[in-house]
Amino acid sequence: MTAALLQVAQIALVVLLAPLMTGLVRLIKARLLGRRGPPLLQPYRDLTRLLRKDAVLAANASWLFRAAPYFVFALTWLAASLVPGVTAVLALAPTADLIALIAILASARFLLALAGMDVGTSFGGIGSSREMLIAALAEPAMLMVTFTVALVAKSTSLSEIARFIIGGGVGLEVSLALALMAVLMVAIAENGRVPVDNPATHLELTMVHEAMVLEYSGRHLAMIEAASMLKLLTYASMIACIFVPWGMAVEATPHALLLGLVTYVAKLAAAAVLLAVFETSIAKMRVFRVAEFLGGALMLSLIATIVRLMSEGL
Amino acid sequence: MNDVPGLHAFLAELSPVAGQLPWPRHHLDLAGWRVLARRLDGSTWSLLGLWGEPATIHAAFRDEVDGAVAAVNLNCPERRYPSLSVARPAAIRLERAARDLFGLIADGAVDERPWLDHGRWREDHPLARPRLPGEAAPAKAVDALDYPFLPVDGDGLHQIPVGPVHAGIIEPGHFRFHANGETVVRLEERLGYVHKGVEKLMQGKSAGDAIKVAARLSGDSSVALGLGFARAAEAATLTEVPARAHWLRALMAELERMANHFGDIGAICNDASFTFIHAHCSAMREAVLRSAASCFGHRLMMDCVVPGGVAADLTSGGTAELARLVNDLAQRFEYVMRIYDAKASLLDRTLGTGVTLGELVHRFGAGGYVGRAAGRSFDARRNPGYPPYDELDFDVPTMTEADVHARLWIRVEEIRQSLKIVRQILAHLPMGPVQAPLRARAGEGMALIEAFRGECLTYVRLDVTGHVERAHQRDASWFHWPLLESAVLGNIVADFPLCNKSINGSYSGHDL
Repeated sequence: MTAALLQVAQIALVVLLAPLMTGLVRLIKARLLGRRGPPLLQPYRDLTRLLRKDAVLAANASWLFRAAPYFVFALTWLAASLVPGVTAVLALAPTADLIALIAILASARFLLALAGMDVGTSFGGIGSSREMLIAALAEPAMLMVTFTVALVAKSTSLSEIARFIIGGGVGLEVSLALALMAVLMVAIAENGRVPVDNPATHLELTMVHEAMVLEYSGRHLAMIEAASMLKLLTYASMIACIFVPWGMAVEATPHALLLGLVTYVAKLAAAAVLLAVFETSIAKMRVFRVAEFLGGALMLSLIATIVRLMSEGL
Repeated sequence: MNDVPGLHAFLAELSPVAGQLPWPRHHLDLAGWRVLARRLDGSTWSLLGLWGEPATIHAAFRDEVDGAVAAVNLNCPERRYPSLSVARPAAIRLERAARDLFGLIADGAVDERPWLDHGRWREDHPLARPRLPGEAAPAKAVDALDYPFLPVDGDGLHQIPVGPVHAGIIEPGHFRFHANGETVVRLEERLGYVHKGVEKLMQGKSAGDAIKVAARLSGDSSVALGLGFARAAEAATLTEVPARAHWLRALMAELERMANHFGDIGAICNDASFTFIHAHCSAMREAVLRSAASCFGHRLMMDCVVPGGVAADLTSGGTAELARLVNDLAQRFEYVMRIYDAKASLLDRTLGTGVTLGELVHRFGAGGYVGRAAGRSFDARRNPGYPPYDELDFDVPTMTEADVHARLWIRVEEIRQSLKIVRQILAHLPMGPVQAPLRARAGEGMALIEAFRGECLTYVRLDVTGHVERAHQRDASWFHWPLLESAVLGNIVADFPLCNKSINGSYSGHDL
């Protein structure tokens, strides 16, 4: 019963927090440039503004184009709800393992790539093809990370992993350090951040994610934007859950939950600051360098797995 | 080598000098024009401009060996003239524009498609002479509404049409990419979306009114374009401008150059998603514009240059403010450029990207940072030169790499030179009046001005009452846009914005 309640709270919390995290990243980036920047709550205003606006559809848009934003949002929301943030005591915890999470996010991406090509504009096609290129490289790396973590924690369930690590089941682990680097690189690529993609660009020819969704407007765009914010939150929560789970409530006591909430918000804020600093300090790479970048991530995760397997063997 | 006659000697053989603009002008007959057209192939005479009149075609050249400038014209009552575009590809779009505006047909032209006319004007050939009774309208080779782009041919190629409406707030232009996957194999531009009829607007206006139109051809080059018009009108009327006005014009021109170069450097870095430099360069650009507003009354110094001088004098307070500005900028700028120079991820994007072929840069006679990044050291402030630059100490930076980085770095060096120039102007600004009345005299004049993009050619002919009979401006962009088509070849589609921003052609300045 508690788990169910906490699960409902988690579902509400992620959707409320996601725009805040995006707003924080934007605000810090602006401050780092010496600009005043948009208010912290601007993403909420943007979303409500988009929701109020009419959606403009291309004459040849199919049902897929109209339905995709809702599915993408729903799938990403689901993914975000599965990742333990405040507490590991969640009703859906048993179903929520890393592989399922990757599959859910991949389904959302698949739908968006289809929608990008639906109207037949060249930018949609370019965006979809670049997105799939990135996906084809990022997903194997993410899976290797999963295997490494699973080998360490003997589980692919996020709440199990968190409990295992909080329980002190692991010391300083080289394979986890390598896996962390790999997952950070994947997270940057998956969320379309600099240096892989630039969420703030107006240059249609350089876009990846934005090119796919260039034809969307109004409530459809709101859904997609919200999904992007949720995805960023999902990755931040996932990385926090696996690599720095300390503070998360493993039992549903009020005291532990409060501590969990505070540390969770602090972790998200730290992730936002780190992301903003990183993005400000680097230029975007050439599109084809992305393959090398993610190849590096795959290599790191592969080494992590091998290192883990070898130390098991010894 | 020496048996090859220079431009002046060659033209003098064809026809006597018929006027000084201040450069010699030669009236050619058809045979003479043909000889010239043949002679261009293999000569070092770059095209400075080509423009029409209802029954005349004009062209201007510069001998790249000795820097001599000359203008030629051919009367063509039949509205046909031999094309120069085979030997001088820079003439292709100018000839197409002359055909759209005046109905003048270039025989043997490389490209006969319309250019500025998109088939949506209320009248065809808006500047052509009135038709004689029974005369047919000038022929149109192609229906502008059904513009034929170059065809795609080859396996695995696809087209990407971009614009004229873009995802960002920029000027309109259409780019048709032929790509093999992500690699660009051809780019075709279509411009003319911001045609404003500037040349017709200037006709019949007094020089004082027409310069306001001239200065608005491209707002970012307002001072340079206005200066071009003013100097051409002063050459036409043999008006002497007070020394202080020359110096103040140079001061404004250098402020404009710095402001635009700051903007460009930031924008190039922003296109590589390195927003830090963009933010700082925008702030520096803003500092220049604010100082311009407080010293001269307008952020872009629009209408500050007038025929005969300048409209706004610099007060001692203004001098002090500008001195503070250059000291402040010099420090901030070096700090920002050190960051650029140390940022491997950024240099990785700019180095080796968008290389313009040296051969083409020469054939198009490109000036400004496009030419100087590819080894052409022409600068109108030096050659043919105009006051007060002969009394100022500055260098013309030149590089040979011809990539995005080189075009950016030329701008960096030019900002350093401009800071140096502004300091000299502030120290040595002569006293005296800043304006002289334009003399009442019919005549024609030309001017070549170094705008921040490169050389702008202006031609003005005034009647006795000081009203414009014909005025033409050829912005540097005319010769830069075609080079963009070559610079992106072999690059990936996603690098186009970097190439484009590093060349930064003006849409408005080109579309007339």
